[in-house]
This record gives sequence, C-alpha cells and structure tokens, in this order.
Amino acid sequence: MAEVMQDNATSEAGSDEAATKTMNMIEAINSAMDVMMERDPDVVVMGEDVGYFGGVFRCTAGLQAKYGKTRVFDTPISECGIVGVAVGMGAYGLRPVPEIQFADYIYPGIDQLISEAARLRYRSAGEFIAPITVRSPFGGGIFGGQTHSQSPESLFTHVSGLKTVIPSTPYDAKGLLISAIEDNDPVIFFEPKRIYNGPFTGYYDRPVEPWSKHAASKVPTGHYRIPLGKANIVRAGEALTILAYGTMVHVAKAVVEANGVDAEVIDLRTLLPLDIETIEASVKKTGRCLIIHEATRTSGFGAELSALVQERCFYHLEAPVERVTGFDTPYPHSLEWAYFPGPIRIGRAIAKIMKD
Amino acid sequence: MADGPLRSNQQPLALHVPEPRSRPGDPVDFSDVVVPAAGSMARPDEAVSPHEMRDLSFGLVRVLDDEHRAVGAWDPRLPHETLLKMLRTMALTRAFDERLYRAQRQGKTSFYMKCTGEEATSVAAAAAMQGDDMVFPSYRQQGILMWRGYALTEMINQIYSNRGDKLKGRQLPIMYSVPELSFFTISGNLATQYPQAVGWAMASAIKGDTRIASCWCGEGSTAEGDFHSAMTFASVYNAPTILNVVNNQWAISSFSGFAGAERTTFAARAIGYGIAGLRVDGNDALAVYAATQWAAERARSNKGPTLIEHFTYRAEGHSTSDDPSAYRSAQESAEWPLGDPIYRLKQHCIALGIWDDERHAAMDLELAEMVKAATKEAEKNGVLGHGMHQPFETMFEDVFEELPWHLQEQMAQALEERAAKWPK
Repeated sequence: MAEVMQDNATSEAGSDEAATKTMNMIEAINSAMDVMMERDPDVVVMGEDVGYFGGVFRCTAGLQAKYGKTRVFDTPISECGIVGVAVGMGAYGLRPVPEIQFADYIYPGIDQLISEAARLRYRSAGEFIAPITVRSPFGGGIFGGQTHSQSPESLFTHVSGLKTVIPSTPYDAKGLLISAIEDNDPVIFFEPKRIYNGPFTGYYDRPVEPWSKHAASKVPTGHYRIPLGKANIVRAGEALTILAYGTMVHVAKAVVEANGVDAEVIDLRTLLPLDIETIEASVKKTGRCLIIHEATRTSGFGAELSALVQERCFYHLEAPVERVTGFDTPYPHSLEWAYFPGPIRIGRAIAKIMKD
Repeated sequence: MADGPLRSNQQPLALHVPEPRSRPGDPVDFSDVVVPAAGSMARPDEAVSPHEMRDLSFGLVRVLDDEHRAVGAWDPRLPHETLLKMLRTMALTRAFDERLYRAQRQGKTSFYMKCTGEEATSVAAAAAMQGDDMVFPSYRQQGILMWRGYALTEMINQIYSNRGDKLKGRQLPIMYSVPELSFFTISGNLATQYPQAVGWAMASAIKGDTRIASCWCGEGSTAEGDFHSAMTFASVYNAPTILNVVNNQWAISSFSGFAGAERTTFAARAIGYGIAGLRVDGNDALAVYAATQWAAERARSNKGPTLIEHFTYRAEGHSTSDDPSAYRSAQESAEWPLGDPIYRLKQHCIALGIWDDERHAAMDLELAEMVKAATKEAEKNGVLGHGMHQPFETMFEDVFEELPWHLQEQMAQALEERAAKWPK
C-alpha cells in the first residue's frame, strides 16, 4: 500500500519546492523553526536548555548561533513562567514558540495555558490574542518512567480555545509546525519522542528502521504548510477504519500489515480542530472503527472520537466502536511494554471487531 | 510585524540573556567567585531575628581552612568517630555512584544520576539531623540513605527495577522511597517536594511532635512556583523546616544565571520571605554540618525555618543521558575553587592525626568491594535489561487502595495479552 503523504500540503508560491533533504523528525522540527525564524522576525524560541545546548533532544540545535540570543534563549526552570511570558510576548505581537522539555512537566504551566492563553481572545473579544505554539515531547517507549512518558493530550483538547497537534512523520512535523506557528491561536504541539529517530512499530524486540528508509523523511528544505485540521489517510482500506495519531500510526500500520486486514488507517494529525469529514466518510465506508492511543483510557481522546463516530455513523456501523489505549495507571518503568498498546493489544481488538 | 513606534530620541531597550563564564574550549576563570576565609563569618544565636543575619545570606560559612584545620565560630567540634563516619559515608556514596554509573553503561538499567562533588550536601546534612527527622530529597541526595544505613542491595534492586525492587519496578532508577528511614518518595518533577516538606513540618507542629522536616532542591528548581509557595507557607506558619538549595551551578545545560544567580545569592531568597538564610561552602562537610545543626536547633525550638544555600559544583553530567562537554568547559571541574568535599575532609582527618593515606586507600578498596558484592547480590534478582520482572498484576495495584471495576477489567486484559505473547 503506497503512502499518501503530500495530499494536503501547500507550498508558498515562489518557494523552492523541489529542494528536499532527508530528515529525521528532530531535524524536520528544527527546520520548521529555522524557516519561520528566517521569514518572520517576530518568531522567538525559548525553553529550558534550548539555547546554546540546542535542547535535550536537539530540536533547537544551531538556532541560537544563527538568530542570536534574544530570539533563541534558555529560560529558568519554571513552566508557569515559560508559558506566562509567552502569553505576554504574544500580547506585544511576537509569535513565541516555547518548549516544555517533557510533556510530563507541563502541569505547572497549565493555569497560564488554560485560564490565560486559551481565553485571551474570548475575554477581550479579540483585542488580545495568544499566537503561541507550545512544543513538547510526549509519549512513552523510552523507559522514561512515569515522569518522562505521559500523553496528556486530552487535558488540552478538553479546554476550549486550545488547538492540539500531534505529527507522526518528519514531513508532517515540519508542515504542521509551520502552520501552528503561523496560526493566531494557541497551539499545543506534542512531539512523539519515541519516533524522533525512526518510525517505531511497537515490536519492541525488533530493530527500528531509521527515518531515512521512510518516504516521509524527504522533507522540503523551504517553507510549506500542512493545514491544521486535516487528517491523512496513510493506508486506504475497506474492512475497517483505524483512527490513530503520533507513534500509534506506525504501530497500527505495522499490525494491519502483519494481520493482513484491509484496514484504512487515518492519522488524525490534528486532534483539535478535528477532521471529522475524513473520519465520517471512512467509517461510513468500512462500517467498523478502531481507535488507538497511547494515553490512558478513561476520558481520553478516544472517548470523544468514539462518541462522534457513534453520533454520526451509527446506522453504518457493523460492530461496536473499539478503543485500544494505555491502561489507566501511571506509566510503569520496568513493565513499559506490558503497558504500551502494542501489536498484541491491537491485534486482539482487530480480531474482535472483525468477528462481529 | 510587531515593531513598536519608533521614538528616535529615546534609547532602545535591550534584552539581557545570561551567559556562563565559559563554554567548551574556553579558558576557565573563577576569579569572580568570592571565597571568604574559613572562620570569618560570625555565628549568631539560633534564635536570632532573620533581619539581623542578612550578611549570612551573602557570605559563605566555611570551617576548613587551607591548612585543613577546622576554624572559627561555626566549627561544630565533632567527635573523631563522627568525622570518620562522615568521611566513610561520603566515600561510600562515591563508590556506589561509580559502580552504578558503570552498570547503566553496561545496559543493566536505563538511567543513573551521580552526586559527585556534592556528597557533603547530603551526608553532612543528614549527620546533623536526627535519624527520624523527615527528609524530602530531590534526586541527588543518595548520601542521606547512605548515612541512615539503608541496605545497598535495596537501592540497587530499585535501580535495576528487578524482582527485589520493593517499588515494583514502577519508578525510574534512583527514585527511592524509604519511609522507615523517614525518607520521602522521590518525584521526578522539580521542587514539588518543597511545599510538601513544609506541610509535613506544619503537621508535626500541629501535633506537638518534636521531629522537623528538611527538603532539598537544586538552584535551577528555585525558579519553580513550588519553591516560592513553600517559602511563603514556611514564613507564614514559622514551619520547623530546613530548606536546602544545592547550588551546583548547572541545571543540565543551564548555568545558575538562568535561576537568577547573576543578581543575588540563592540564600538571599530568604530575606524577602523574612526567614533565616545561610550560605555555606557545600564542599566543606563541617560547614554543611554546622549550618544544618544551627537550622535544626532553630526549627526545634520553634524559632522558624531556615533556607540554606550549599555552594558547590556538579562535577559530572546531570545524568547518564547528559554530556556536559557539549555546553561547558571541561576545565571547570578541575579549576573549581572550593575543591572536592571528600578530599578536604580526608585531609582534615589526616591533619588531626586520626587518619592517613594508607587507611584511606584501604577504605576505598573495601567500599568498592562492598558495593560490588551488593551489586552481585542484587543481580540475583535480575537487571532491567533482562526484561520484565514483575507480575503484570502489579501494574494495577496501588493506583487506588482498592481496585475499581475498570482496572480489574484492564488487569484481566493484560494477563490475556501476556498469555498471548508467552503461551505456556
């Protein structure tokens, strides 16, 4: 099954569309910030260790040397401060791209995100906006224990006024991050750190291919956008619709291919705003829907997806909507692979949904 | 474009972004570090008003002088056996760090954090407290457990997340929890333990207990709101707490300037909250002991909390995931003016005539063997690299006191998955 990669991308007229480079996800994210800092002097990057060092995952490497210390700088270890000053800079008219070093550390900044960034436009009737993009690595699979593994996306999709974006490939990461930075509303941009260096398929006892072997590592060096709110059908199929995002897109695809089920795998890319049209069309076609996320199950984003599918596709469904998720426990250290929603959990869910 | 109105007759504003004294390849110059002579700071009564001791927030309490003698009013005049026990415990901490760091490099576990160069800030502080005073450490105070006599095999079982790990393999390595030694469960989130320590101390005061609480964080973590909330509550309720800031000058790649060190000391944070502040030479075990003893006495006599800044240097990387040669000069560690805490205490003991190089070398060998033996013992319970050692059921235990229906279902699911993966 061929990759359906560049369907929604739009390039700026006059930009060098032909020039591409093989990038992993870190390099693609770095390139997005580079391109945006080059084009827009109002874009600033900040966060713990992002300056001289270039970030603990190297996503901001080289940016300070290129754009100077007043546009790319380290911050105190205060997530509340990082988000709060980003809101203030946005009020001035800058376009800040703060990094929270791990999503697990975002919680001290949550009041500034929920009560402030998300509501600035509403409470001032559009007089003030928060055009900020909060980047943060999230998700497990690196033996990070409970403080370096969490997937808190549903805390943010639950808040009115925040957009939530999660890329699954280098190509998408760059195009989506550019769109997020250009967006005038606050965007939470969660980066699945397990696939920074290669598309992990969930078979943890097998070697992971580097991105360079994957078509989506061919990334334009210049400016291009992938619009927020547009999903990507990464595998077309007739028997079953699988909704996933981030790392789980690759796991889903690998399991589908191993099991030989003709599933349509949809990478949501943006959780909010959600591409409901693509989801609805697919489920109405297949009659079956499996939702996969790594985050804990209860009140997770899968619950929202399940409700939407049930509301909009009820009379087309051949089987109950299924969810495959992380368990409702903190992320364990040694039992990481027992926790992770890997091939066995997904395979069993596929078998169940196809039986009905 | 977000450019404000141009007023050509006014000076443009300029953003200051701190810069450390040296980067990789740069020569190192510590000449800006003011090192007052040992014994030069006055030692006020433990009941002193915070307003009358402000100079102690800006100076540096030091006891060991350049001739390795203990001098001045802060000399705690410790019995020889206490000195030798502190020396041995600091050496044990270092031997343990060396071995477990290697174990991580050998793939036996996922992660490790050393405290090299900072041993005094935990060992000497623990020595000056009572054994049942409650401690709320950060992730670099393994020396407290060493002082309180925790079994090395228990620590290594935790680091290996193995069958013997009483925390059931759930936590990242070194995130210990030892209530029987009054040692709170360590969090990976920064400075969260600070207000918790104040709360524990408030509870102790509410109940008319005699035990005090102590917490530690790095200078970088003082930027977190938790630190300031803790200071406010400690001040308001005069909570019997010792609040330690281990200023090792580096928070991963960010030097202390990103926590405010270009403007004032960390001990001076105490002044704004109206609590006692002490700044001590963190590589001088006797100064750390003396400051902690002073603060403990103050807290125990209901005179209030103390913020202690331990001025030290993180001699190695933040963790096994870090390479400091990428962002700071490799020379810094060697040029650091306050030396090594173990070397300094050893020389003091030699100067006293109670120790010598031969005995020290023999002790180092003995401790290395002891740690090696504990490691071998722990490895009988498995190492992380060899897979999952805990029954899958344990993943669902302790989320709540009792297992709700949804976790019962998920537990059953996990067991079915296990059977599918490893059919008997």
